[in-house]
Amino acid sequence: MKAHVYVTLKSTVLDPQGQTIGNALRKNQYHGVTDVRQGKYFVLTLQDSLDAADAAAEVERIARDILTNPVIEEFTYRLED
Amino acid sequence: MKFGVLVFPGSNCDHDTFNVVAEIAHQPVTFLWHDSPSLENCDAILVPGGFAYGDYLRTGALARFSPVMQSVRKFADDGGLVLGICNGFQILCEAGLLPGALMRNAGLKYICKQVHIRTETADSPFTSTLRKGQVLQVPIGHMDGNYFCDQSTLDTLQRNDRVAFRYSTPTGEITPEANPNGSLSNIAGILNEGRNVLGMMPHPDRSSERILGSADGFAIFASMVAALTGAAGR
Repeated sequence: MKAHVYVTLKSTVLDPQGQTIGNALRKNQYHGVTDVRQGKYFVLTLQDSLDAADAAAEVERIARDILTNPVIEEFTYRLED
Repeated sequence: MKFGVLVFPGSNCDHDTFNVVAEIAHQPVTFLWHDSPSLENCDAILVPGGFAYGDYLRTGALARFSPVMQSVRKFADDGGLVLGICNGFQILCEAGLLPGALMRNAGLKYICKQVHIRTETADSPFTSTLRKGQVLQVPIGHMDGNYFCDQSTLDTLQRNDRVAFRYSTPTGEITPEANPNGSLSNIAGILNEGRNVLGMMPHPDRSSERILGSADGFAIFASMVAALTGAAGR
C-alpha cells in the first residue's frame, strides 16, 4: 500500500512562493488562474501487513508529527492499494 | 562554567560560535556532537547556525530528533540557558522550545547583509548588559528567517515582554523598510516563557569582534557570562 501525502501552507498563512508563481502565470497570459498555493508531496510505501485503518492512523501520525509544522502547515492524504 | 556548542551534520557556524566564547569571552567551551545525549555538564548551550541535516524537509525539522536535543529540552525545562542563532533558532522552534516558525523570506531570496536590531527587553540573561531601545548592528545570512506565529501567540509574546529584538533602522525605528525578511512585527528574536531560551536570526557570533565590522553582538555572550557567574542577570 502507498500513502500520498500533500502538505501545504495553512490558508491563513501567506504563501509568497505561490503568489510569485501566480504572478508569473498572469504575466504569461494564463488568465484562468486566480490563485496559486504551493506545497510538498510525499509518497510513503507502507508495510503490506498494515490494514487500511492501521495505515491511516500511521500516516496521520507521521504527517502530523514530522511531515508538517503545525504552526504553518496542514496536510491531506490518500491511501492507494 | 562551561559552554557547549551543538554540532549537527551541516552546522557551519559552530566554529565561529566556539571562537567567540573561547577567544573573546575567554570561557571554557566544548563541542557537543548531536548523536550523543550527553551535555557534558555544560552550563549553557549554544545552537549554532548552518544547515543542519541540509535543511531537508524543513529547516530544523530533522535536527530536533537528534539525541542531543532530547537532553537540551530537559536542560531548558530545568532553567538552563540555551541560545539558538539562525539555524539554531529554526531548530528551537521546530523542537517546540520556542513558539512560532521561521518561514521562507518574503522576497524569496537568501539574504546576507548587515542589519540593525533594536533591543526590546533588557530583562533576560541574554540582554542584561544591554539597555532597552539599544540598537545593535549584526549580520543576517538566511533564506528562512520570516518569523510567523498566530495572533494569540504574538499577543502572549508582547504581553510578557518576550520579544527580545526587532529589526529596526540604525536610529531604532521599527519600519517595514527595516524588515529584511517579512517577519511578523519585525521580530528578530524571542524568549521562551522562562526567559532562559533565546532564539534569534541575526548572528551575534559574526559580530563580536571589530575586525568583522561590528562587535555589537558580543553583548549577548557577555550577558550570558554575567548571568552564569552571578555578576548580573535577572
